[in-house]
Amino acid sequence: MSASTLKVEKKEMLRRIRRNRSPKKIIRTSLHYLFLTVVTAIFFAPIAYMLIGSFKPTAEVLDGINGFALKNLSFNNYLQVFATFSDESMGFLWRFYANSILVSFVIVFGGLIVNSMIAYALARLRWKGRDAVQVLVILLVILPFEAIAIPLFFLLRDFRNTYFVQFLPFIASAFSIYLFYTFFIGLPLEIQESARLDGAGPWRVFRAIIIPMSKPVFASVTILSFLGAWSSFLFPLMMVDNPLYVPLPLEIQVFFTQPPTDWGPIFAFGVILVLPVLAVFLLFQRWFIQSVAASAIKG
Amino acid sequence: MTKVAKSKFGQDNLAGLLMSLPGLILLTLFVVIPFFTAIYLSFFNVDFNMVQGPQFWGFEQYRRILVDPVTSPIFYKALMNNMTFALIVVPAQTGLAVLLAVMLNAKLRGIAFFRTFFFMPVVFPMSLVAIIWALMFSRDSLGMLNGLLNLFSFGYIQPIDWLGDPNIALLSVALLSIWAGVGFQMVIVLAGLQEIPVELYEAASLDRANRWQRFWNVTIPGLRNTLIFVTIITTIFSLRLFDQVFILTKGGPIDATQTVMYQAVTSAFIEGNVGRASAITVIFVLIIIAITVVQRLVLRQNREVK
Repeated sequence: MSASTLKVEKKEMLRRIRRNRSPKKIIRTSLHYLFLTVVTAIFFAPIAYMLIGSFKPTAEVLDGINGFALKNLSFNNYLQVFATFSDESMGFLWRFYANSILVSFVIVFGGLIVNSMIAYALARLRWKGRDAVQVLVILLVILPFEAIAIPLFFLLRDFRNTYFVQFLPFIASAFSIYLFYTFFIGLPLEIQESARLDGAGPWRVFRAIIIPMSKPVFASVTILSFLGAWSSFLFPLMMVDNPLYVPLPLEIQVFFTQPPTDWGPIFAFGVILVLPVLAVFLLFQRWFIQSVAASAIKG
Repeated sequence: MTKVAKSKFGQDNLAGLLMSLPGLILLTLFVVIPFFTAIYLSFFNVDFNMVQGPQFWGFEQYRRILVDPVTSPIFYKALMNNMTFALIVVPAQTGLAVLLAVMLNAKLRGIAFFRTFFFMPVVFPMSLVAIIWALMFSRDSLGMLNGLLNLFSFGYIQPIDWLGDPNIALLSVALLSIWAGVGFQMVIVLAGLQEIPVELYEAASLDRANRWQRFWNVTIPGLRNTLIFVTIITTIFSLRLFDQVFILTKGGPIDATQTVMYQAVTSAFIEGNVGRASAITVIFVLIIIAITVVQRLVLRQNREVK
């Protein structure tokens, strides 16, 4: 018997194992779905609670499990959010949106360029000082932002309430460099080398060969740095209080600190805050999930 | 033919440097210099509210944080809280992530639909997650969680003061952190699962290993590196705990949810004491480095044993 017939037989046997439609198997599959459904319900409950609550009067939001009841729904909470942010002193909702989008955009795109370039130089070029820079980047990967938040505030306190203080410190990221680096190291060398033999310089190789081959890692870094930038809280909390420059997430405090807490508008604001990210996530979820998985391949 | 020689064996000194320069400058300005500033400031008495300039204090800030019988207990309390938080979150979140990933790794119709929901909380900003849960955690019988407990226990379980009871508050913060973070871990574990060669499972099936045996003898060993990675990440995440505490409890009740980062931030912004905040920052980094080094060493040892 040849190896291939053996293989076919093995496949057939495995197919029978998989295709087994005994009652036991059916019960097991049903339990599997039941478990997944219950867990999904638990996971989705807080989100559903926020969604439903955002359309309900505050008194009916905080009412035990009746918080899930679909009655007395209206857009009043949303109207109240728009009304709250409609003058110079409180700021404007569209402006917070614009601030968050602008800051996130610069962090993401600036970061793609800056971090991919240095990662390519570290992964594929030979130059004086490369080893030292490599060690520096590896050391910085484990340094969380929280570790430098306070001195950064101390150094930049004269530049509070500006845009550039919100994005400049976050463009270069050791973690993004590391993601690019591990991806570039894994790319096949042959094409790069033959291009160099044909006289292409490092810039040309990077632009014409590396970047087109590296779409997955560019997507990963885009998503991960966007999620971080869009939800950043600690640093804007320290650096920005002028409504002209405040990013969206910070403003949720406006509703949260005025007692008695007005839950309806808080939830409406929450939906406004998360909706764009959620929409992008649902559209590109395959990429989101792949990029998170890719972030772990290091280690 | 100098070009060939240059590209193959020569150096790219200029291009390498130019390509690295933007990143290098930004990292130096906004990460390296601030970090050294923290070390420097930690040896001074710097106060935003003080009229006079910084005074050199030597190790006084560290003495007050770590040794002084009056001012050190609060720091140790915060550190203990971080450790307790890690001891709850790391095993619970990792265990749950593995369970969910294994359930999602099955070849069943519509599995991607469930995956979407488990991952969804990851895209929520932590500030928003904390606020949704603040409402879930309302202490009286009108709170969502208390309402659910009451429903499922047929009225046996009395309303719990989730965030106001010092014995429970940290656990509540852990609960919402797990909800927010487990999807991220699950996806990483799922990727790890898909790296395990199918042949191993097939061989085990042909050897009549049952599900449980396959899980312990194929899945868990196959996930070893993934699990170590996930543990390191979650441990460090536990030490960084700030947003949730800032929004939900402000470190209370009676310091039950004080954390190292919360101490650092309040020292700087409520007391104006930048020296103390910087010293806490330096200690925080030393702890993170220590944890990373220990975990790397354990990893290496395991490899050698193998």
